[in-house]
Formats: sequence, C-alpha cells, structure tokens
Amino acid sequence: MLDDLYNELIKDHANNPRNCRLMEDATNQAPGFNRTCGDSLMLYLKVDNGIIQDASFVGEGCQIFKASASLMTDRLKGKTTAEAEALFDTFHEVLTTDVPLAAELGKLAALGGVRKFPMRVKCATLAWHTMKNALGESGTAASTE
Amino acid sequence: MSTISKQVTAGFDVERYREDFPVLKQNIHGKPLVYLDSAATAQKPFAVIDAIRRFYEVDCANIHRGVHELSQRSTAAYEETRSKTRRFLNARADEECIFVRGTTEGINLVTSTWGRRNVKAGDEIIISAMEHHSNIVPWQMLCEETGATLRVIPINERGELLMEEYAKLLNPRTKMVAVTHVSNALGTINPVKQIIDMAHSVGALTLIDGAQAAPHTKVDVQALDADFYAFSGHKVFGPTGIGILYGKMALLNAMPPYQGGGDMIREVTFAKTTYAHLPYKFEAGTPNIAGGIGLGAALDYAEKLGVEKIAAYEHSLLEYGTEALSSIPGLRLIGTAREKASVLSFVMEGIHPHDIGTVLDQQGIAVRTGHHCAQPVMDFFQVPATTRASLAFYNTFGEIDALVAGLQKVKEVLA
Repeated sequence: MLDDLYNELIKDHANNPRNCRLMEDATNQAPGFNRTCGDSLMLYLKVDNGIIQDASFVGEGCQIFKASASLMTDRLKGKTTAEAEALFDTFHEVLTTDVPLAAELGKLAALGGVRKFPMRVKCATLAWHTMKNALGESGTAASTE
Repeated sequence: MSTISKQVTAGFDVERYREDFPVLKQNIHGKPLVYLDSAATAQKPFAVIDAIRRFYEVDCANIHRGVHELSQRSTAAYEETRSKTRRFLNARADEECIFVRGTTEGINLVTSTWGRRNVKAGDEIIISAMEHHSNIVPWQMLCEETGATLRVIPINERGELLMEEYAKLLNPRTKMVAVTHVSNALGTINPVKQIIDMAHSVGALTLIDGAQAAPHTKVDVQALDADFYAFSGHKVFGPTGIGILYGKMALLNAMPPYQGGGDMIREVTFAKTTYAHLPYKFEAGTPNIAGGIGLGAALDYAEKLGVEKIAAYEHSLLEYGTEALSSIPGLRLIGTAREKASVLSFVMEGIHPHDIGTVLDQQGIAVRTGHHCAQPVMDFFQVPATTRASLAFYNTFGEIDALVAGLQKVKEVLA
C-alpha cells in the first residue's frame, strides 16, 4: 500500500518538482494553505485567450502535496480554462470516490494511491483547489482542511 | 536501556497495566498498535469504560432534579467526582471545582466572566510563546473587546521560558498571567510556582493550563497558590467532553455567571433571576453526567497507580526515547528543555511530518503530525510542522524501539 502511495513517479515529482518557480507575468494567481499540515503554496497561471500558457508554483509541504502540484502544473499547460476546471472535477472525483481511474488522467493516475489514505486527500487536492481559486476569484486563498 | 531505566522499569509492571487498556490490544495494518499520541488524548482503562457503561445501564437519570432513586444515584456519583477532583488538585473545597467541557472551556469561562468584569482598556494580560491556541485566542478575544494589551513571554532555543523577560513584562497594569504548566508541543515543564509568585507580587492573578500536566505530574493548587487551574478529563484517561476549572472560592464568588439556564439559578421570575451558589452558578444545563462519572473513575485509577510513580516511569521512557531519537542522523528534536515531560517532538531533514506520519501509521505506530495547535511555537522554531511522539505510562521501551525502526522505514520508503 505504501508503495502505491509513494510510487516512483510521485517520489520523482516530490523530490524534483517541475514548474517550481515564481512567475513575474502571471495573469492569475492564488495562495493555498493547509496550516494544520504545514502545506503552503502560491500558484501562478498565465492565461491568454482562455488558454493556460504557463503554470507554476512555489511552496513547501509534504511529498504528496509537492508531487500533486508538480504534476498538475505540467498538465495544465495548453489546456483551456474550461478543460482545466473539468480536469479538476475528474481528479477530485477519482480521489474522493471509488470510481475507476479515468484514462484521461494520464500521469495524474499516479496519485490514485491516495484513495486508500483518506487523511491525505487534502494534501493531494490543495494545489487543485488553489488552481480553481486562481481561475475564479483570483487572489482568494484556498484550503482543503 | 540504562541501569536507571532498568531499575525504574523493575518497579513498574507496565505489561500488567497495559491489560487495563483494551484499545492497546489490537493490530493496525497488521502490526501491533504502538500508541504514541497520548498528549492528544490518552487511552481509557476498563475502569472508566465500565463506569460509563454502568451509569447508562443501571443509574441513568438527570441530576439535581428528581427525588427518585435513579436521580439520587446519578447525582451522588456525579458529585462524588467533584470531591475526587478536589483531592486530585488539593483544592480547599469541592465548590472550587467547576465542571466544564475541557481545558478550553475552562479558560473561556474565565475570560468571559472574570475577564469581562475586571479587564479594562490599558490593562495587560501576559501569556507565553509556548501556549496552545486555547490559551491564546480567548485572551486575544478579551483584549480586542476591552482594549487591553496582550504581552508574550518569549522562549529560548531549548523551548524554555525566559524568566528575566517575564520579570520585565510584569507591572501594576498586569491583570492576569496565563501560562501552561507543561507545553503540549515541546514537553517543557514550566516553573509555575515561581511564575505565580512573581505575578502575585504585582497584584496580578494567574491561570494555569494544566491539560498536559495533570496526567504526568502531581498538581497541588494550594502549594502553587494558583488562582485558576484548568484540565481536561480525556488527557487523564477519562472521557472526552468533561474537564475541570479550579478557581479560588473568593474569585469564583465574585464572578458573574457564565451561561444562563437551568441548574444555575436560585429563583426565576420575569422581573429578576437570582443565581445559584457555587459551583452551580457556572453549570447551566444538563451536564455531561456520564463523562463526569467516567472522570471520577479515571482519577481513582490514576490515584491508585500513583501519579509520582507514573511520572518516574515516564521520565525514564522519555530519557530512553530522547537518546534513541537523537542517534538518528538528520533528526532534530524540537523542545529540549531541562525540565521536560512525555513529549518527543521532532523534524527530519528533507522529510515532511505528514509523510512520516503516514509511513509510521502503516507500521502500526500512531503519532501526531502538524502544528499541535501551537502555531507560534512552529514559527519560533521556523518549522511548518513537527512529528510528535507523546508518552503515557502504558508505553514500553520496546515501543520506543519500534518508533526508531519505523523511522528507519520512513527513510527507506521516502528516499
């Protein structure tokens, strides 16, 4: 079970998070905090014509949180904002119910192991809720606690 | 195990006491449960579980009301806990022990009754940098409401109060000094007697948060000369939702009531209501009767074991644990006070506490991870969170070894 949670892809993204940088020219951004755990991030998006051109984050937290933020920012690039929101719904449903892992998840399926650890769902979804806030009421802080 | 530890263990039959705690006899994820989270809540012995069950099965009735047999029995059992609490704290009178939901409510009772009546703009309240949120926020709320100022006693790198700084904060405007007896996040045992004496020297009152101290040290409110002392039942092997606020009789008598309702009145008319005498003035509504009875059983249990005996055994466990954890490369203990009780809080280089907690859980080891409701402490040590292993007398040296092995596994899994 632990190997499902901390699989190689998760560990790789946690230890070498992608897109972990400030974005000076972000069009949308939002902070996210789970103070009880100690996870925190600032998420940056560059949206042009309804398409997410770039996504990045800076933050500190557990491996699940970091891997999730890393995988998410990788995945968002090139997506329309509507696609990003739809992906949020799919991802959220996968983590919080026992629906089968959807094929469209791709690499995100690596986070599927979190389903057996309900206490860690908040770690895996923090970046995603922050993304939703950044696209909606940009600047509003997100929390999954 | 050191020679001293062996001697202490020899006089303390931990395996026998573990038999009293049914929850400890189970496997978690296929491994024997190693419960190292007693600072969050302590486990309950059969004596407590049976007392609650017996109340619901045999004696269940509301208290202070009926003249029937069951009501008399439940009233007697509930009030008996008040006497047991008086003995446990060495209070002068039963009426000085007020039933509340827990330490948090005890502190809120003081801020909202004594505080609102006595604290004014320009007054000062002193707390410390190692307080639990429950001994910060109620005082902040009181200060916001009254215009009083909150002052904070700083701590050093070991997690000890800077007593010389405390001395500088005290002045004639100081109305209250509210500090914890034992820190939940660091394990520091504070010199509360000295803190209280210094507060009294400028005419300030004192409230001691005893949530973590009550299970581990002998508390004597008269020897301490504490004005208020609060603790929670569930941390002394009793049920949740019940606790005690001790207050000196004269202070409690002078305070306005807390909540209005049944049981706290003498006479009600639409023109005027007069209030009941102590302790009922502060106990509106049907209380947690089963909880109170369970707490009585818990205090009996702790007393029979001997709080000093518990403290000595736990100290040897803590010493063993401190040595064992310190030998793990990359592990840093947070809270290394010279006077410490039952808490091993730590961080590991490059590994987040939540990941540690999850991997340990898979080994059957229950620890707390997070900020432990003490965010200012985390900020002081510049860590987002810690992993906290907290001990009780039912823990064993073998369980410390299991923790050390579990942390080895953490490194393997997360590397």
